[in-house]
Amino acid sequence: LRKNVEDFTGPRERSDLGFVTFDITADILNRKKCIFDWNVKQLFLYLSAEYSTKNNALNQVVLWDKIMLRGDNPRLSLKDMKSKYFFFDDGNGLKGNRNITLTLSWNVVPNAGILPLVTGSGHVSVPFPDTYETTKSY
Amino acid sequence: RWGRGSGWPRSGGIRGGAAMDLFGDLRRMNKRQLYYQVLNFAMIVSSALMIWKGLIVVTGSESPIVVVLSGSMEPAFHRGDLLFLTNFHDDPIRAGEIVVFKVEGRDIPIVHRVIKVHEKGNGNIKFLTKGDNNEVDDRGLYKEGQNWLEKKDVVGRARGFLPYVGMVTIIMNDYPKFKYALLAVMGAYVLLKRES
Repeated sequence: LRKNVEDFTGPRERSDLGFVTFDITADILNRKKCIFDWNVKQLFLYLSAEYSTKNNALNQVVLWDKIMLRGDNPRLSLKDMKSKYFFFDDGNGLKGNRNITLTLSWNVVPNAGILPLVTGSGHVSVPFPDTYETTKSY
Repeated sequence: RWGRGSGWPRSGGIRGGAAMDLFGDLRRMNKRQLYYQVLNFAMIVSSALMIWKGLIVVTGSESPIVVVLSGSMEPAFHRGDLLFLTNFHDDPIRAGEIVVFKVEGRDIPIVHRVIKVHEKGNGNIKFLTKGDNNEVDDRGLYKEGQNWLEKKDVVGRARGFLPYVGMVTIIMNDYPKFKYALLAVMGAYVLLKRES
């Protein structure tokens, strides 16, 4: 699992807004076998950013998600993706925040049965710069 | 049965004969047997209620089994699917989890996914939800001026699911005549069933 990001932030309505671009290369397996067995209907994949700020001990923001149905290729190879959702902080905790951890997780939706949430084994730590950027085209 | 003779009037066809037998049974039951049947029925209802209350205690959720009412979580869940919830106090709310919540003042539970979590050091959590199949987050569904959900709004977290089974509840809601008919049939069956 590998991600590369470049980012800049801007204040919006007095809350920090972060912009992240990323690549994802992933192979979704379940204990070394293909995750799509007879009881797996689909996977709901999501990329979440986890960090802590002065305001809040723990923050988690989902930046991007994808639904992968049974029959789709469990290999992901996405380049230069922009976040699907606005990465707003609750306050101004993104500026100068050195440690934002991005992880890929997924929700296994069975045909019937338990709904587990699994976190991928790779993760990437990303720092945000100390200064705001004035409006850039995104 | 309708070849019995011995004073039983033959009515037209098999259905007539079975109805006569049913009323015959009723007439032959004395008061004691009727009370016995009623107690039997009451025991079944009480057991069902006890199981439901037990589930509420074990899961910590006020409504441990819910039916999906809308298509906002498709293609994972469809209208009529059944969800099993837990609501343990110590389970933290985390991004990606599927929660069932009620907006303050409204009765209808909503099943959506948590997409943002902000938790303070003292354990106070506020979070935002969105249906997988919706374009926008749920802020439009919350109360006027409300931007976040809190733990108290949560009915439970979805842990397991069964497809289609909840359709019965939806049909009974949309067609009350069906519900009464079903209850009448069940009641008649239990009251008239005789243990041999």
